[in-house]
Amino acid sequence: MRISLMTTCLVDVMAPDVAASTVRLLERLGHEVVFDRRQTCCGQMHTNTGYYTEAAPVVRQFVDTFEPALDEVDAIVMPSGSCAGCVRDQHALVARHEGDSELEERAGRVAAKTYELSELLVDVLKVTDVGAYFPHTVTYHPTCHSMRVLKVGPRPLKLLRVVEGIEVVNLPESDTCCGFGGTFSVKNDATSDAMVTDKAANVVRTGADFVVAGDASCLMNIGGKLHRTGAAPRPVHLAQILASTREEPFVPSETILGRAS
Amino acid sequence: MSATVNLGMPAVRPQHASPSSTLRGTRGFPAAAREELTDEVLRGNLRHATTTIQAKRAGVVREVRDWQKLRNAGSALKWQVTDHLPELLEQLEASVTAAGGTVHWARDAEEAGEIVTSLAIERGAREILKVKSMATQEIALNETLEHAGIRAIETDLAELIVQLAGDTPSHILVPAIHRNRAQIREIFLESMPDLDPSITDDPAELAGAARRYLREKFLDSPGSVAVSGANFAVADTGTLVVVESEGNGRMCLTLPRTLISVVGIEKVVPSFQDLEVFLQLLPRSSTGERMNPYTTLFTGVREGDGPQEFHLVLLDNGRSAVLEDPDGRSALHCIRCSACLNVCPVYARAGGHAYGSTYPGPIGAILSPQMTGVQDAEDPSATLPYASSLCGACYDVCPVKIDIPAILVHLRAKDVDRRRGTRGEFHGAWDVSMKGASRLMSSPRAYDIAVRSAGTLAKVMPGKNIGTLPHALPIVPGWTDHRDLPKPGPSFRSWWDQHEKQRAAGSTSGAGDAPATGGDEQQEDQA
Repeated sequence: MRISLMTTCLVDVMAPDVAASTVRLLERLGHEVVFDRRQTCCGQMHTNTGYYTEAAPVVRQFVDTFEPALDEVDAIVMPSGSCAGCVRDQHALVARHEGDSELEERAGRVAAKTYELSELLVDVLKVTDVGAYFPHTVTYHPTCHSMRVLKVGPRPLKLLRVVEGIEVVNLPESDTCCGFGGTFSVKNDATSDAMVTDKAANVVRTGADFVVAGDASCLMNIGGKLHRTGAAPRPVHLAQILASTREEPFVPSETILGRAS
Repeated sequence: MSATVNLGMPAVRPQHASPSSTLRGTRGFPAAAREELTDEVLRGNLRHATTTIQAKRAGVVREVRDWQKLRNAGSALKWQVTDHLPELLEQLEASVTAAGGTVHWARDAEEAGEIVTSLAIERGAREILKVKSMATQEIALNETLEHAGIRAIETDLAELIVQLAGDTPSHILVPAIHRNRAQIREIFLESMPDLDPSITDDPAELAGAARRYLREKFLDSPGSVAVSGANFAVADTGTLVVVESEGNGRMCLTLPRTLISVVGIEKVVPSFQDLEVFLQLLPRSSTGERMNPYTTLFTGVREGDGPQEFHLVLLDNGRSAVLEDPDGRSALHCIRCSACLNVCPVYARAGGHAYGSTYPGPIGAILSPQMTGVQDAEDPSATLPYASSLCGACYDVCPVKIDIPAILVHLRAKDVDRRRGTRGEFHGAWDVSMKGASRLMSSPRAYDIAVRSAGTLAKVMPGKNIGTLPHALPIVPGWTDHRDLPKPGPSFRSWWDQHEKQRAAGSTSGAGDAPATGGDEQQEDQA
């Protein structure tokens, strides 16, 4: 299949290996990945902070990038539950706020072909065993928007459980938010800190080497707290585990969410 | 221009809740929460209580096979109510009047307070008994009565604890959730003079002490007046419903001579049969019980049976203003079960007082600012829609399916739009940053350059990650005070450039596994 990659702005800048891993994985599975350099952001940050008017040109840019090429690709993939959720649930909202019915209609067409990574693999590419190798203990944090907006359900765990060498251990209070919440993490930093402190403590409690999730943003929050407190577990994105093979195993770098080899 | 001029009927514009209501905090949520978060005992009390109720709720909800259908039914009924509120209220008034009750209309907290106070004074009451009620908390009725020399006695155990401590409730269902047993023992010892000092903090002993204290009040007041709220008011029969656990409510609703019920206008339900839906949804969502111990239904007055006088005070106090917003009005569907509070990770840590309103938690964050309205950028109510990580746990548990996260975002947008439209208010650090980011993110060429240079700029900083940053910087210290940040390196798109070159080289040489020939040093390396 021909799959268009929307990296998300945060991954492009702050966690590039997550996008590179998505490319490695999909190419290894025999698919063609395309990347349009005109892509910027899905507009979630603006939308969820209430800046609909400022979100509108960003959404328009997103639609202008992906809509004209819709017939040339089979799917658009985003390695993020919350960004895919924004595309599916909120682009229409922003378009309506601007009274732009044409944008709303075009955004709807793009949204219909947009998938979060685990959805793409399980539902579209119909694969759960991707031939990955990751000889470590991991614990899975289901990010809120993957779980409650996209409702990806057990898909990520299905993909993880068949990875060679992996041990998946349960995370206590896994369905409680990590406290990221986009601009919430800064606007209500004390409350957010209390939330991520508890989340990080639960991760440590599992004894896992890695905490895995489908959103680099939440991982940056949990990983940032673990790193600040000198705790051992490292954050890793689902794409990074699934891209890891015996020949090219994932080795974390010192940079949060980065890769050393 | 049309030749016909229709002047219409003079209409009363919906207005926001009156300032004397306990709906607006004295400071914004972030500051209040920051202080509450330092109280370790509070954090422990809240954590214990919310986890316990949450688990109980989940257990009894799981056993109802058609729970989602029940929620749909509850939601549909509530939409019917908000769609037809004026007609339903007039029908309710007619039914209550026909059953021998008297209906009063109160536009705000002051009007409701005056109605209740004069009814009490006319009947010579020095003390009135109270059933736990959110509506009377919201209008600060106890304080109004006190000014008139009338003492209100809370008869719900938790409300009594709060009242005796001179405190305010911090939870819709469990007003004293922020207190533990040891603290409650102290409060009782201080305020019940006849109490045996050897009392322990055993819940049964504490409840016994409260029961003795209250029983005297119930039995010693012939000709007395009681004030209640109501969970539901049935339009077609004029029946009011009070759902409770302790039985104190049943006593207040049956023993006194005069009963006054203060009820928010959104509490009306169309027909008696609709109760079958709500009486299943409410206890399971609220206390985590299959059925609550006491459900009292009362319709007007009957000679020789129960109160001989019944007054219904229908309270607006900002509700019609909420009704005006099609995207926000479903906040009025709330049946005050408090499931959203118990499941909320923000509430569980910051506690109810941080919201500064009678209605805390996720539902409070959408209800309070709509009821008070937002006056300016400094208004504490303006901070409430931001007091959420938008995790969506509240929406999942809401028995009437109020899409709280969507309304939170809608209210944020309303707040931003209001500031954008107000001269001199759209210049804050957030406004400037958001406008700048919007421009950059809608210009692909400028964005491409910015993303590619982020790594280069970060090179001047030491280390592999970013630690604490000076507070002179805007916005970022909110992150770096608590957690490290990965230092941007080469962006994904620069990796992609190499990858594409390599791929092109691979395909022209006809061998997929051939090494790159472009002399690239880094190839697939990021670090």
